[in-house]
Amino acid sequence: MNELSLLTGMLRELVSAPGLVVLVPFAAAAGLGFVTDARLGAWINGAAATLAFLLACALPWEPIAGLLLLADPLAAFMAILTSFLGMTTAWFSQGYMQVEVQAGRFDAPRLRLYHALFQAGLGCMLLALLSNNVAVTWGALEAATLVSVLAVALPRTEDAARAASRQFVLCGVGLAMACFGTTVLYLAAVPALGAGVPAMSWSRLPAAAAAFNPAMLNLAFVFLLLGYGTKAGLVPLHGWLPDSQAAGPLPVSAVLSGSILNVALVVILRLRGLLDANPGAIAPGLPIMALGLASLLLAAFSLGAQRDVKRFFAGSTIAQSGVAAFAFGLGGAGATFAGLLHLALHTLTRAAILQCVGAAVQLNGGQRCAGIGGLLLRHRALGLTLAAGMVAVAGLPPFGLFTTLFLILSGTVDRAPWLAVPLALGLAVAGWAMAERLLALCLGPPTPDRGPGTGLPALVPAWVQLALVLVLGLAMPGPVAAWLAAIAGAAP
Amino acid sequence: MGGHHGAFSLDVAHLLGGAVLVLSFGLLYQRRLGGLINAYAAQSCVLAAAAAWQGWVQSAPALVVTGLIVLGGAGVAIPVALHRIAGRLQFDRAVVTQPGIFPVMAAGVALVLLAVLLAAPAAAQALPREDLALALAVVLLGQLMMIVRPAAPAQLVGFLSLLSGLILGIVGVPGMRLAVELAVAVLVLAGAAVAGVYLLRIRARFEEVDAGRLERLGGAAQ
Amino acid sequence: MTTLLSLALLAVHLALLLTLAPVLAGIVRWTKSRLMGRVGAPVFQPWRDLQRLARKQPVLAENASWLFRGAPTIAFAATLAAAALVPGFALGMATAPLADLLAIAGLLALARCTLALAGLDTGTAVGGLGASREMSFAAFAEPAMLLVIFTLALLAGSTNLDAIAGALREGTAGPLFPLGLALLAMLAVAIAGNGRAPIDNRAALAETGMVHAALALAYSGRHLALIEATAALKLLLWLTLIAAIFLPFGTATPESGLLVWLLALPVWGLKLGGLAMALALFEAGVAGMRVFRVPELLGLAVLLGVLAAVLLAVWQGLA
Repeated sequence: MNELSLLTGMLRELVSAPGLVVLVPFAAAAGLGFVTDARLGAWINGAAATLAFLLACALPWEPIAGLLLLADPLAAFMAILTSFLGMTTAWFSQGYMQVEVQAGRFDAPRLRLYHALFQAGLGCMLLALLSNNVAVTWGALEAATLVSVLAVALPRTEDAARAASRQFVLCGVGLAMACFGTTVLYLAAVPALGAGVPAMSWSRLPAAAAAFNPAMLNLAFVFLLLGYGTKAGLVPLHGWLPDSQAAGPLPVSAVLSGSILNVALVVILRLRGLLDANPGAIAPGLPIMALGLASLLLAAFSLGAQRDVKRFFAGSTIAQSGVAAFAFGLGGAGATFAGLLHLALHTLTRAAILQCVGAAVQLNGGQRCAGIGGLLLRHRALGLTLAAGMVAVAGLPPFGLFTTLFLILSGTVDRAPWLAVPLALGLAVAGWAMAERLLALCLGPPTPDRGPGTGLPALVPAWVQLALVLVLGLAMPGPVAAWLAAIAGAAP
Repeated sequence: MGGHHGAFSLDVAHLLGGAVLVLSFGLLYQRRLGGLINAYAAQSCVLAAAAAWQGWVQSAPALVVTGLIVLGGAGVAIPVALHRIAGRLQFDRAVVTQPGIFPVMAAGVALVLLAVLLAAPAAAQALPREDLALALAVVLLGQLMMIVRPAAPAQLVGFLSLLSGLILGIVGVPGMRLAVELAVAVLVLAGAAVAGVYLLRIRARFEEVDAGRLERLGGAAQ
Repeated sequence: MTTLLSLALLAVHLALLLTLAPVLAGIVRWTKSRLMGRVGAPVFQPWRDLQRLARKQPVLAENASWLFRGAPTIAFAATLAAAALVPGFALGMATAPLADLLAIAGLLALARCTLALAGLDTGTAVGGLGASREMSFAAFAEPAMLLVIFTLALLAGSTNLDAIAGALREGTAGPLFPLGLALLAMLAVAIAGNGRAPIDNRAALAETGMVHAALALAYSGRHLALIEATAALKLLLWLTLIAAIFLPFGTATPESGLLVWLLALPVWGLKLGGLAMALALFEAGVAGMRVFRVPELLGLAVLLGVLAAVLLAVWQGLA
């Protein structure tokens, strides 16, 4: 292949559906930097996110594994999820940011920066998911992290600055480890695939994984697991998540940190496949399960002590991310299916909850748990939505998370019964803390409003998301279930 | 691979990588922030030389470019910026606290040995074992430094030297594509760290006269 | 014939060492003075000092034992014996089979211990202080030196200095990096062993910074001359040792051609001169170190030695 045909091949990839999915948010980010009108900016933000989502919906019908981009079913699934989240959050943030501006926490230039950062972060995450190069995935995740650090620091308060710096240090160390792991992974692949691009491409790695250098693969696994585990909110470097979620603007923490978590978990899932295929490498399941379980238990037992409502839900995110990692570690088509579904449903539920929490915090003018109560009595729609979301996240029927948790738990009993007890304990403790907080926030003695509300339209995205969670849990359409099962079967 | 593969040129590559590692120990040994920054600058310059030398050994001009970028970014720009920050905030003469030097050094040596043992199996398939061991050792020492030195400026320098280890690893791997891009991405991380510290520190100084903060402090004391 | 040649070599080597040692000390002192902006004493000043001291009657403390009187001689003899083992401009001297690095380290340790005992002998506070400091430094310097020796032995397959120098000269030795680490460790040991800055100040006047000066404080006359000569000889020995191991090119062997033999002596002189200049430059540049931090520096040398030895062992064992 000569240079010219290489170049045209790359260009053709860029104008295909996966390429456009990545390019649209970046183009929107660049454009939004010049839009001074706040309302127009918000509309462009929503429109671009919607366009990206619609393009992503075409991905399952256009699988490619080219030089730059990879749209296998797993990547397509995650890209659809991420862009859907980006779309709903972008529409939600219209009303939310308006209130923030009215409250004086944001001014016009910062709002413009916020819109550009939102799209840039979305683009980076889609690139990380759809890239066919291990190094590019890392680079895109690094860029997404930097964007999210910037976005967290946007409110320019002391807490925001501190949270941003803490997030930067922890994520920086995690990214550094992931970068080293990427280098070592390449090194492990060189004996099998030769030096050059193939040894770095996600699509070529699994087939050749059996011939990798096992010792190097093990080393790469340790670094990648710890590095991407940091970004997935897993112990031991999970500390950045509550800080950034508590201090940053809410839509950012909903889409950015939530989706970065997913991207990192997908990388861990792909990594698991590589190690499984290599006879000389260590069994990857147990370390991943251990990290996931430790995250779940640690987060579950500290949930009850959280006084800040945003931090409370960040703790719950760590717990659920741990559950998904645990399912990926468990392995087998059933557990992977459950893990992927759990990831998707929790992402949707979490976004719905955070949107409600954001509205509640704006109403109360503070994010201390003690200052928010009786939502159901004073703001019936908001209270009901939040209650539904919390019921879902607690793993109670009729929502889909009940199904996935049940699948994961039964899979554990099947394959690693001795781990079922701590898993069930962690889930029960997390669920209990969630129920307790639900009673306090939604019932409890009502607290007076101190700020303006966002109104009903801002709740529409949350309703859409919760409805999806309900439908996917109760009656998943056959084709969707088959598609997801195929993804889980193809993944290890 | 290909290119000039004399035993001597490989030996020099290891010597340069080793010098980066020794300078990591120098960073662990330094107590004053000014000295710390200078040691980091020296490390970056050796790192740039190592990258350029690897470019010559592997006949990869891209690595020479990487070396130049590292020299300009990590060897000159970042140390100068750090010196200016330290000078403005008047802690360039500050003594950086840490537990006794000797235990830290012993832990460092243990980490280097760990790195050597971990990288040893690479030799079975003619992979660059020594380069990997040295890079891994620099990465681990950077992490050690971040752990034993809680003070933010020293922690920052530890993070920067950790990133140097990453670049050392990237340039040491034969035929690694995107080496320049990855090295630039790592340097961006380094630059972001420095810029972040600059912005946050400046703000922290302003906030010390913030009445709200004083009020809260007073509240805590009561 | 070879025996004769090797004996002649040894004789020339020793004669050169004995004459050159004070001159080298003078060169270092003069260069340092110039670097610090002073005029500096002439290069031959140490020779004149030695002559002057040798003519003087020594003054002894009342309670000084035979050890105190004999120590300078023992130390000088031990150092001279060690110097006879270190190859200078040529390999294959008569003492080459005996030139074990462990033996050289042992002889230097003997000299050091004798002087420390002598410092304790008269019971003065300053002598005791010097002795205790000297020994506490030695406690770190000796292991570091042993580790360096171990590293070199791994590289060359022998602890014989002649064999090591030969192997390094041929370039058959292994990776450069452990050798570099060993060099760093050895430099630290050399600086501590010779009492150079930043560890010690030979011209110290205050007790807080004294180590070697404290040991020599109770000596006078020809005893002091011997001690000064020992110090000068030891410096030359260390520089020769470093040159032999780490700058192995240009030395002659009995098999070498005439040109190499002709060049060997000037090359050796150049190496020594370069090292002396580097030492002066280093001493002029660094600030003195607090006594309590010296063990840290030497501990670092030990760690570097450990690192060099183990790296080499692992890389050689697994290669």
